[in-house]
Amino acid sequence: MTAAAFRITAIGRNTFTGLVRQKVFYFLLIFALVVIGNSAFLAKFSFQEEFQMLKDVALGAMAVFLCLLAILTTANLLPRDLEDRTIFTILSKPVPRYEYLLGKLLGVVILLTLSTLVMGILFVGVLFLREQAALAETRATFSGSPQDLAAALDAVRKGVFSWDLGEAMVLLLVKAILLASLTLLISTFATSGIFAILVAASAYFIGHLQVTAREYWMSGIGIHWWTRVFTAVVALLFPDLQAFNLSDDIVAGTALPAGLFLQTLALGGVYTAVYYAVACFLFQNREL
Amino acid sequence: MPGRTSLSRSLQAVLLVIVAGALLVPWQKELQATARKAGFHSVPLGIDLREQIGQSGFLAALSGFRSPVAALLWIEAHGAWERTEWGRMAALFNTVTTLQPHSLLYWDIAAWHMAWNASIAAFQDKRQPSEVLRERSRRQYVQLGKDFLERGIRNNPDSYLLQERLGILLRDKAEDHAGASAAFAKASALPGAPAYVARFAAYEAAKVPGMEQEAYDRLRSLYDQGEKMRLPTLVAELRRLEEKLNIPVNRRIPAPPAPAVTPRS
Repeated sequence: MTAAAFRITAIGRNTFTGLVRQKVFYFLLIFALVVIGNSAFLAKFSFQEEFQMLKDVALGAMAVFLCLLAILTTANLLPRDLEDRTIFTILSKPVPRYEYLLGKLLGVVILLTLSTLVMGILFVGVLFLREQAALAETRATFSGSPQDLAAALDAVRKGVFSWDLGEAMVLLLVKAILLASLTLLISTFATSGIFAILVAASAYFIGHLQVTAREYWMSGIGIHWWTRVFTAVVALLFPDLQAFNLSDDIVAGTALPAGLFLQTLALGGVYTAVYYAVACFLFQNREL
Repeated sequence: MPGRTSLSRSLQAVLLVIVAGALLVPWQKELQATARKAGFHSVPLGIDLREQIGQSGFLAALSGFRSPVAALLWIEAHGAWERTEWGRMAALFNTVTTLQPHSLLYWDIAAWHMAWNASIAAFQDKRQPSEVLRERSRRQYVQLGKDFLERGIRNNPDSYLLQERLGILLRDKAEDHAGASAAFAKASALPGAPAYVARFAAYEAAKVPGMEQEAYDRLRSLYDQGEKMRLPTLVAELRRLEEKLNIPVNRRIPAPPAPAVTPRS
């Protein structure tokens, strides 16, 4: 491992440890309650409805928690280090500022990845238990031929798991990492953690409308020049977050082509890299 | 001043983000086109939907929580069913299917609730003394169920399930055997359709005056596929049509074996 990689890993590990000490993992308990409670409540529906809604609600909850986690934890990293004066201790050593920022981002990425893993395991576990219950119920109540029973059991299994669910979770993680990188960029010029959170949350909502602004800007319809300039600025300044919202259709059964999945991952990677690079550019000359 | 970034550097940073955004636009457009082609992002989040789900629901749908919003509204519709509020259910089903147009389950169950549960409840409604009005109300709910299935089919043209359900609705609720036959025939041509759907198409055609020859051709073609298709109903219907259409004896299916006679002791 090179010296730079060692330094970045050390900062990342410390950042992650600091975040764990802030008890951010407690939100996982709320997620568990949402998924398990939801599953128990949905037992009164048919099993097809139950699985559909369990997936809808669990993936929705994962998206909420990951985005909140990405924004709230990242927004406070630099202000907290400034407040504790830890940043001066680190930067007085031969640690370039871009390494410091990359280490901070790495810590958040580790946190987000672990959180996705834990939530994913919990979600799949609940789905598996409900699937076993539905299979047992089908076996107990089915009165047709063995071939028809096999087809019915197969239909239950097909309605529960698919690889696309895993890909949907990976896309949620990539979107959260992108948001973390954007929040890090904002926090390099923000005067407080609250300011960074507010700006990042606004960017989150505007990012979901970016595609609308882009289409309006490029549609060629007759609009005032200032409207065209405004929509162009929105389209160019904010990330296209709708591009990562594929889980709504995945849950409904739309198959995710491998090319689309990989291209969306790549877009997330490019956005993350761009925001990190601009964050370094701003942070490089910031007076501390 | 500590903690400050110079204004010119901030402007340069904004410019950098804009340049990067401009470079990414062609890729974003291509990715969006690929996603739409694959069936993603096809829900128009317009002012109509805003009126249906309210401001907070619309904001949630815009922020990437379309499917959880649909699930919550579905649960609300279930509550409306328990309270037998059929009109409210229909409105909620409309919203849910608008939010999740590729979920076959929502179209299927919405149509079933309307064409079966709501239509029967409307016909048995004791608050309405006029049987004519009750019958009209029943037909309206059946039509509503049919509308759900037809819209579902338009949104999911490759799915056999909704075509099959439309066939069942037309057969059992509208007595439209020609329409049912056409729906079953379309379903049978789609990927993943079970074998019985093709048989249903022929059985329904056999009930329509003037479609006997088409029904016969369909049944005969199924019969010729082998032993697995030669079910008692299919064979009996085929024999009936052979008689009705005066099919020459040498082209008819073999006669059933004579029952074994047990000699008297």
